[in-house]
Amino acid sequence: MIPAAFDYKKAGSSEEAVALIVEHGDEAKLLAGGHSLIPMMKLRLAVPSVLVDIAGVEDLSYIDDRGDHIAIGALTKHRSLETSDLLITECPLLAHVASKVGDPQVRHRGTLGGSLAHSDPASDLPAAVLALGASLVAEGPNGQREIAVADFFTGYFESALSDDEMLTEVRVPKAPGASWSYQKFNRRAQDWAIVGVAAVEVQGAAQIALVNMASTPLRAEAVEAALAGGASAAEAAEAAAEGTDAPTDLNASPEYRDHLARVLTKRALEASGIS
Amino acid sequence: MELSVTVNGTGRVSEVEPRTLLVYYLRDELGLTGTNVGCDTSSCGACTVHVNGESVKSCTMLAVQADGQEVTTIEGLAPSSEELHPMQESFQNNHGLQCGYCTPGMVMAACSLLDENPAPTEEEVREGLEGNLCRCTGYHNIVKAVLACSGQDAS
Repeated sequence: MIPAAFDYKKAGSSEEAVALIVEHGDEAKLLAGGHSLIPMMKLRLAVPSVLVDIAGVEDLSYIDDRGDHIAIGALTKHRSLETSDLLITECPLLAHVASKVGDPQVRHRGTLGGSLAHSDPASDLPAAVLALGASLVAEGPNGQREIAVADFFTGYFESALSDDEMLTEVRVPKAPGASWSYQKFNRRAQDWAIVGVAAVEVQGAAQIALVNMASTPLRAEAVEAALAGGASAAEAAEAAAEGTDAPTDLNASPEYRDHLARVLTKRALEASGIS
Repeated sequence: MELSVTVNGTGRVSEVEPRTLLVYYLRDELGLTGTNVGCDTSSCGACTVHVNGESVKSCTMLAVQADGQEVTTIEGLAPSSEELHPMQESFQNNHGLQCGYCTPGMVMAACSLLDENPAPTEEEVREGLEGNLCRCTGYHNIVKAVLACSGQDAS
């Protein structure tokens, strides 16, 4: 399968990339690692007429200690997240979740920013940054703005980024020593999660996000509230499907996904000791 | 557009359509047909090559994304035409192949794995090769070959 023809532009900086997407509007797509976009282009699910390759923007690949948070450049690859000593110490959930994306070849190419901007509700990393309460920096023609992750995922493969903005940085609060767990359920190696649950304890409060339980990743608010109210892990996990809208596909019915959400949430709480 | 890339140590300059996938550039333009196309959907890993030393699936990368970079295919792995790469030798010694279709991709993925983790456990080898499918289901001897190549007892 070969993608439909397109014009290829290379951006050397984020300013250049923004100028190119402003010029070409919604006909243009940003290309980072390409591991979500190129498969979609091969299947003609995406047919951009202009690709703006930002992989060469060197100053967008970093994992920096900024005191109370860690700043991660949007072009940082999954493999770099997975092996970062800083993340393993200060935010182990994110390093671990990155190691569960696809397979090694995918992780050598895929980027954190690309995964978040793609906003696939079945992807691992969007739920992880949602559970962590990260914030995201977008750059547009009028400068930068910071978007809370709770406002970022707006619909099925849709984000709060506008057509003339690119994601440049992800800011993750530090959580050294925090209890955490990621439970990913799938039937084949390298696959997307049929359902996934990311749980982390931040300043004594449980923050839990669900993968593939709605058209966006979402927080398991009913579970969090139950835990805050003193419920046991097993009791709180019973509320995991509340407020969700699980999709149906070849892998699972909504009822089965609801069941998985409850079971995986219980496992996540028990494995991490979050209460 | 013009593509300038180093493949198996040799600099190449070619005119390519931007939509050309790296695997077709390697096979059709350069005649390096050791890299196979299996599923064409980034699942099977038969098309695995190295870009700057790391394993990637060349069916999910545009040739233009390799501009200015170093690509190694299975043809470029052995030190000479007389000698196999230790990983190729280990696959041979451990009978790590049946039909052979997945083998180039398996060998490339295995080399990248040992580069990152020189002494993996059996579980780490299996995890590390999760992006490569063998439809003969010959995984056991493949894992043995990788462990043996890392200098570990594979029995």
